[in-house]
Amino acid sequence: MLQAHTNSGGHILGNGFLAFIWAALMVCTAITVLVARVDLGFLNVVAALGVATAKALLVILFFMHLRYENSLLRWMVFMAFVILAICIGFTFFDLAWRP
Amino acid sequence: MHGNGTEDAGFWAPLGRGGLSSWIFSTDHKRIGLLYLALILAMFAAATVIGVVLRLKLMTPGNTLLGPQTYNALFTLHGVIMIFLVVIPSIPASFGNIIMPLQIGANDVSFPRLNLFSWWLYVLGAVLALVSIFTGSGAPDTGWTFYVPFSERTTTNVNVAVLAVFVLGFSSILTGLNFITTIHRLRAPGLTWNRLPLFVWSLYATAWIQVLATPILGITVLLIFAERVLHLGLFDPGRGGDPLLYQHLFWIYSHPAVYIMILPAMGVVSEIVPVFARKPIFGYKMIAFSSLAIAFAGSLVWAHHMFTSGMSDLAVLIFSFLTFVVAIPSAIKVFNWLSTLYKGSISVEPPLLYTLGFIFMFSVGGLTGLVLGSAGTDIHVHDTYFVVAHFHYVIFGGTGLGMFAAMHYWFPKVFGRGYDARRAAWAFWISFVGMNVLYMPMFVMGLQGMPRRYYDYLPQFARLQFVSTVGSWILVAGLTLMFGNLIAGIRNGRRVGANPWGAATLEWTLASPPPHHDFPQTPVVERGPYDFRGVSADD
Amino acid sequence: MTEMHKDYAAAKMGMWLFLFTEILLFGGLFLLYAAYRHRFVLAFHQAGQALDVVLGGANTVVLITSSLFVALSITALQQGRKVRCQWFLALTILMALVFLVNKYFEWSAKFSHGIYPGSEHLAQLPQGQALFYSLYFAMTGLHGIHVLLGAALLGVVMAFVARDRVRQDDYVLLENAGLYWHLVDLVWIYLFPLFYLIS
Repeated sequence: MLQAHTNSGGHILGNGFLAFIWAALMVCTAITVLVARVDLGFLNVVAALGVATAKALLVILFFMHLRYENSLLRWMVFMAFVILAICIGFTFFDLAWRP
Repeated sequence: MHGNGTEDAGFWAPLGRGGLSSWIFSTDHKRIGLLYLALILAMFAAATVIGVVLRLKLMTPGNTLLGPQTYNALFTLHGVIMIFLVVIPSIPASFGNIIMPLQIGANDVSFPRLNLFSWWLYVLGAVLALVSIFTGSGAPDTGWTFYVPFSERTTTNVNVAVLAVFVLGFSSILTGLNFITTIHRLRAPGLTWNRLPLFVWSLYATAWIQVLATPILGITVLLIFAERVLHLGLFDPGRGGDPLLYQHLFWIYSHPAVYIMILPAMGVVSEIVPVFARKPIFGYKMIAFSSLAIAFAGSLVWAHHMFTSGMSDLAVLIFSFLTFVVAIPSAIKVFNWLSTLYKGSISVEPPLLYTLGFIFMFSVGGLTGLVLGSAGTDIHVHDTYFVVAHFHYVIFGGTGLGMFAAMHYWFPKVFGRGYDARRAAWAFWISFVGMNVLYMPMFVMGLQGMPRRYYDYLPQFARLQFVSTVGSWILVAGLTLMFGNLIAGIRNGRRVGANPWGAATLEWTLASPPPHHDFPQTPVVERGPYDFRGVSADD
Repeated sequence: MTEMHKDYAAAKMGMWLFLFTEILLFGGLFLLYAAYRHRFVLAFHQAGQALDVVLGGANTVVLITSSLFVALSITALQQGRKVRCQWFLALTILMALVFLVNKYFEWSAKFSHGIYPGSEHLAQLPQGQALFYSLYFAMTGLHGIHVLLGAALLGVVMAFVARDRVRQDDYVLLENAGLYWHLVDLVWIYLFPLFYLIS
């Protein structure tokens, strides 16, 4: 990976590396569109959200530089998603068990 | 305000061209905090008057004083103003802004201009709330919870009211964002997380709730707006929508929001107790940790507001259990405060009186909260006066008294003057008696089945309703005396030195009132916040 | 007075905290989506068929590419290549406009079929399908507003770059605008499969 430091301490991501991430995102998009055409039942949802999460991770870690930030910030981001998961997940204690 | 020379007027001294614009466009955290404090107290006064009017109506059964529609509008207004304009911003926006940077040895918050912007958003929100009363076809009559489907169908001016709530939420978010960043980035050298004053810890935990929970309120009220304007039907049972999802979304914010209200007050109490017991706080780490634990666990319990709504039995069980879990860190705090007082050399100054009042009221409110949190008993008292009494004990008796404790504790620091301690004590006892006479009967009425928000009631409740109304008069008398006493103190209280209470946190090392730019040189912290060795009151 | 130099770490932390609020703002809508999809699996399936995968896919490509462009603009400024940075910002904004134009055509096609919030036609559809479209308009609408805001923000930063208020040794504003833009991309990454690919 082409990385260097600027004098203000930020990481520089090389053009080639960014293009590589872009290509990976494109491949993921193609995969998710293609998989959606095959009927896998419930697995379709899993696949769609799985690929979306892979894409999200690529964007967050590299485009948004989180891979190169300190662990504090990474923990914060993690907790924000945990809270979101709790909000949606705990609501299903109600929704999934309604008579 | 300060007639004295500029050298001891501190940050009150005129700046630039002086005048109003040097205040309402100031980015000084102390001035912004005072702007908040002034508006919050004005809103508090307005909503208190509404509350007293409501009690007057309820003093006697039947159609007296107000019509039913006016009554509905007034209790909505009382709730919306008290919750969104008073209690949510109360301590963090005022004393958080004024004191927190001083306590961590910083010269301001991380984003001073954002801080000012957030105050202006608060003003905008207040104006919108005001507009919603006087425009459209009548003031909102939904209650502060804006429950669907009624809030989608009522012809009153809900649209503007929910926009006001959205804007106020934004303001609260920006304060929280600012505080988290400030506490992470601007602590003075040597001020480790283990030496952080507990008020700062509580603001830190609060700020996280502000940042992570408030957006859910934002989208919820936006959806009400969209439902009313665009007719999406997302909560309309007639079109397949589920009104309970609205309640979920609303409480996902509004339950954590009660911790936005109470945590800073707990922080104030944790500051005051050791200072007036002349003892290091008992269980520092547990109190700090329990703030974070409350913030986290508090976001897992929202559906205990919905036990009778028809949600699944499994959800009732789980949320009831989790509610008991969140009581643990609150109890940890209470026990630690009491242990700090135990065998301390206690001096009963007004700040400590209000603090003890807090501990009593919060304990009553907290324990009755468990009655509501256990699903079995909640079925009986849900949506009765029992709930009203419970949350007034916690929010008024807790946050309110915590706020008054903060006002009496930091008053000398902010104004450089003292107040009449005897009168402050009288004001406390009158308010304390008034509060209990006002709200205690509501527990009893609730247990007997008096539903909340009702305009009229059965004759059997007449006597207790009457007693409750008398309590509201006593309370108002106490509050009037308290504010009168403080205002007299601002005008001509005795000048005080830097550290009149003999406290050990950093804000007391600065002159009273602090200078414009706080610390002339960055302080280096070498001791804990409640280490009183070698610290004494300076006058 | 206050700090003589900017605190970059604070500025970035502040921006991330703001992004959390955006994530949870959309989170409320994702919660509703999950709830109604759980209840109306089949209706969501059928309603999703009416959405155009090609248009949605094209917009996905457009947004991901715009994300690349804004990342490249940051790299360019870090290397002191100001003009190149401005070009990439311009391309990012162009992509935002392409996205919105695309969205405009997609929405107006729906409108012409009588599918818009509160329409007669929607009221006659099965409840689950109507809810699907309500969510579709609410979520893509809110996202569209964010695209607009993000593009405006990038425009402001572009002007700052031109005036050297954002430059090689002081570019945190560009980074933060970039973070915001990536978030807009991030939300779409989930919206695309949830609405266009569930049939």
